[in-house]
Amino acid sequence: MRFRRPGAAPADADVADPGRGIELRGVGHRYGDRVVLAGIDLRLTEPRIGVIGANGSGKSTFARLLNGLVVPTGGQVIVDGLDTRTQVRAVRRRVGFVFQDPDAQIVHPTVAEDVGYGLENQGVPPDERAARVAEVLARYGLAGHADHPAHLLSGGQKQLLAIAGVLVMRPARVVFDEPTTLLDLVNARRVAELIAGLEQQVVVVTHQLDLLDGFDRVLVVDGGRVVEDAPPGPAVAAYRTLMAGR
Amino acid sequence: MTLALYVPRASVVHRLPAGVKLLALAALAVLLFARPTLTVAGAALLGTMAVGLGVARLPVAVLARQALAVRWWLAALFVVHALTTDVPTGTHTVLRLLTLVLAAAVVTATTRVTEMTAVVQRICGPLRLVGVRPERVGLAITMALRFIPVLIERADRIRAAQAARGGSPRGVRALRTTVAPLLVQVLQMAHDVSEALDARGADDVPVRRSRRV
Ligand SMILES: Nc1ncnc2c1ncn2[C@@H]1O[C@H](COP(=O)(O)OP(=O)(O)OP(=O)(O)O)[C@@H](O)[C@H]1O
Ligand SMILES: [Mg+2]
Repeated sequence: MRFRRPGAAPADADVADPGRGIELRGVGHRYGDRVVLAGIDLRLTEPRIGVIGANGSGKSTFARLLNGLVVPTGGQVIVDGLDTRTQVRAVRRRVGFVFQDPDAQIVHPTVAEDVGYGLENQGVPPDERAARVAEVLARYGLAGHADHPAHLLSGGQKQLLAIAGVLVMRPARVVFDEPTTLLDLVNARRVAELIAGLEQQVVVVTHQLDLLDGFDRVLVVDGGRVVEDAPPGPAVAAYRTLMAGR
Repeated sequence: MTLALYVPRASVVHRLPAGVKLLALAALAVLLFARPTLTVAGAALLGTMAVGLGVARLPVAVLARQALAVRWWLAALFVVHALTTDVPTGTHTVLRLLTLVLAAAVVTATTRVTEMTAVVQRICGPLRLVGVRPERVGLAITMALRFIPVLIERADRIRAAQAARGGSPRGVRALRTTVAPLLVQVLQMAHDVSEALDARGADDVPVRRSRRV
């Protein structure tokens, strides 16, 4: 008595225009009276995009706009032709999201069960689910831990698990909000390599500037505005100048 | 501390559908209470151990842990029965309960939480009529199992942080100084978890529903 969609993965047929990227049109956001983001007009099509800025500058809010976790109080966010305000389910299938704290993202007691969770939501049949879970676990070095309790994993393994749980859903784009902040150097490097190897478009919010090596485009957010939009070299330089003046 | 009791093995018992195992457990309980004799209780105990240790190849420790967990309770029960009725009655009462505890342990150790919750969801199916979403009941159970160890760990961390700054409160004060910050963390975490659930399509459910009927 489970009700499943006959097909599994999000069909690209739902999508108006898969290659269009993420567009922000006149986007602003406020929490109550407090303006957190304002006047953002961008089109994000590059495969590797970084977002940097001071604490509280609005980066996480910006990131959450991209998959409809936050709907802007002004303007529109359009993902491949889908409006996050009206087509949020389809948007979330297109855009995966990885958070900073893996503990808050792992919702099932064991590794394989957790990875299967998103697929279950999408109505993927059990056989296909098991196969895709196994494949992802193998790819990210968790194959030996399929039946392990999630809370016994190391911090680095937990973050890999959280990422696997998103990638198994095969999103076309993935947003990461400070994915390496809680990790030691070795695990941070592993996550950085994993991100570098993804075929998806990625948008990474980070305070760890070396994560941006090889990126195509970096946005510097300050006071809720994008104050610099450039390749990593000039963008990081601008960010340092900005911070030096504080 | 481990609440995920599943012990992976390639056995027939593991492969049996969760519903069948739960029915067998229920049938065993009925049998034990319908035929309250020493022979039945003894045979059931041996049978349970044979299935658990022999067929399912569970480590002895898994069953021993459960038996140890209830030892004082069983001892008390035995004493009460021995005093009010007689020793044989006390013996088979204790054997009966021990058998059920072990049989339940065999079921949990050979069944994944998700399989178990799928059964719970099926049983809760009729509640759909009164507006309950069975998937949510299942998710709630799974998430409780997942987050209890996380919360224990957070509580330990708070206590450690307080100890590091010279605090070692006891009694009611300890409860207050640990519980307040823990509650703040729990609320923050609940918010983060709900975002993570959304990001992984938790509310994709209506799509599933619309295909029905
Ligand atoms: N749910 C919310 N309700 C009210 N205010 C919020 C909420 N979320 C964020 N804010 C506020 O909005 C501002 C921007 O927050 P945001 O989390 O986007 O910043 P950030 O750049 O990600 O910061 P950090 O680097 O510390 O993660 C902050 O001042 C924050 O306090
Ligand atoms: Mg942030």
